[in-house]
Amino acid sequence: MALFSKRNKEAFFNPLSKDNPVLVQILGICSTLAVTAKLEPAIVMGISVICVLALSNVIISLIRKTIPTTIRIIVQLVVVAALVIIVQQVLVAYSYDVSKQLSVFIGLIITNCILMGRLEAFALNNGPWASFLDGIGNGLGYTIILVIVAFFRELLGSGTLLGFQVIPQWCYDHGYMNNGLMILPPMALITVACIIWVHRSRNKDLQESSN
Amino acid sequence: MQFLRKYLNKIKPQFRPGGKFAKLESVFDGFETFLFTPNTTASARGVHVHDNNDMKRTMSTVIVALLPCLLMAMLNIGYQHFHAIGQPEAGWGAMFLFGLLAMLPVIVVSYAVGLGIEFIAAQIHHKEIQEGFLVTGLLIPLIVPINTPLWMTAVATAFAVIFAKEVFGGTGMNIFNVALITRAFLFFAYPSKMSGDAAFVKVDSALGYGGGTVVDGFSGATPLGEVATNVGDTLAHPTSLVDAFVGFIPGSPGETSMIAILIGAAILLITGIASWRVMLSVFAGGFAMASLAHALPSATYPASLLDPCTQLCLGGFAFAAVFMATDPVTGARTKTGQYIYGFLVGVLAILIRVYNGGYPEGAMLAVLFMNAFAPLIDYCVVQSNINRRLKRAKAAGEQ
Repeated sequence: MALFSKRNKEAFFNPLSKDNPVLVQILGICSTLAVTAKLEPAIVMGISVICVLALSNVIISLIRKTIPTTIRIIVQLVVVAALVIIVQQVLVAYSYDVSKQLSVFIGLIITNCILMGRLEAFALNNGPWASFLDGIGNGLGYTIILVIVAFFRELLGSGTLLGFQVIPQWCYDHGYMNNGLMILPPMALITVACIIWVHRSRNKDLQESSN
Repeated sequence: MQFLRKYLNKIKPQFRPGGKFAKLESVFDGFETFLFTPNTTASARGVHVHDNNDMKRTMSTVIVALLPCLLMAMLNIGYQHFHAIGQPEAGWGAMFLFGLLAMLPVIVVSYAVGLGIEFIAAQIHHKEIQEGFLVTGLLIPLIVPINTPLWMTAVATAFAVIFAKEVFGGTGMNIFNVALITRAFLFFAYPSKMSGDAAFVKVDSALGYGGGTVVDGFSGATPLGEVATNVGDTLAHPTSLVDAFVGFIPGSPGETSMIAILIGAAILLITGIASWRVMLSVFAGGFAMASLAHALPSATYPASLLDPCTQLCLGGFAFAAVFMATDPVTGARTKTGQYIYGFLVGVLAILIRVYNGGYPEGAMLAVLFMNAFAPLIDYCVVQSNINRRLKRAKAAGEQ
């Protein structure tokens, strides 16, 4: 099988938009709400999920023929948990502040629905290379949404991006104020809803017929 | 009138698809039906008449009921202003003029933003413009503190109209009260502008009129705000029941005067626009909870030291009971449901006010919270009716 056959391309590109895990499958919403108040933790979270998802997809795909079906969830959990611990330790070692901000949510990657979903739906039935592409694709699809949501929440809620002040001081002098509601979880939901709205209105095949 | 009709007929084709102003079709239709009764008749499928009072007339009645509150709001804003800057000898005329000038920009902004979005949405969906925003647009200036910057009011109004109303399908389809969503948005987004001592009394000039510096010892806190910071077993600055009843206290514009609210309530009840069940049960629930809190006074929760009558007269409780909880769209519709809904609104409002230290006022949150539960209450009431009748029918069948 060619490295970039049509099927592999689909495994990589579909999750970016047409089959996006957050926008279309509505998976991984909890972390989308929890870590998107600022851009930096959102990006770190996205990268962590990409790593864990791609590696666990590959590992499960490699041993897919030896896993007994009855205990496959436990095996998947063990693999994911091991990878998550590694990611967590790396973050604590090299990026302590961000790991503090992400707190429990790195650990909760274990229960992220996207992971279990991809392992069950894809890695158990496909070869390691296709599973790797699928993992990267889904991780990227998730990260893109995280970054978009965090961009608007940090910009409107704190007036900064990646910690740098972007809304100039004279705006504040003229009465502008940061929107405190953007920092609160409800606005993450509404922001995600707006992105879904835009996404669906641009993709006609995602819309249900009105009857 | 003939001349006007002829003129409208002449320019009409320009607003139809293909015409020069096709994008303004809904605006044209809106004005045409405002001027003339539409000449379209009900479809052959039939029409269901509940009442000969259509939505335009219903909304206009609520506006009339809000007028006493609006006038008292203007007077009180001026009263508070001239007392804050140490000119209590200013006449009633000057006070009213100041209040008028202070309120006017808020009203204009609220209507301009809200109606603008309604017009655009109607045009996109090729629907008629509905009158739903008429009342909301006047409620917003009455419940938003007078010192809120205009751009914040504009942002909040836009947010509420789009996310609380248009996405659910427009007028009559909203789950939450649109005016209260506006206030809740401001409350959570810009808390520093929505509570505390600086929010409720306008000290600077209104459109160039009035303005001055604050006299010593002046506090712009609302009575409930003062109560919330009270220390000890007795209230340090008790608010007289008379002041709370007449309305010369700091607060959101429309909520201060109990008299004006009661006049509004009378208009709504006599015309049959609002449900007396909701109104009565909100006051009953509030009174019950306030009595309970007052029976167990505690220095930790200073608002429990207020006696029940004062509790109901202060803050936004009465305004919410009369104008917010009775919203026929977001409230319960079944008669039993209206009692339950109203009672819980009253209980929750006082519960939040007394036992949540962070929020000295709870009427807004109580109404919004119960808005979410109104469909569930209705569902339970309807189901229990169905079950009762089913049982009766079965019993009759067995005989």
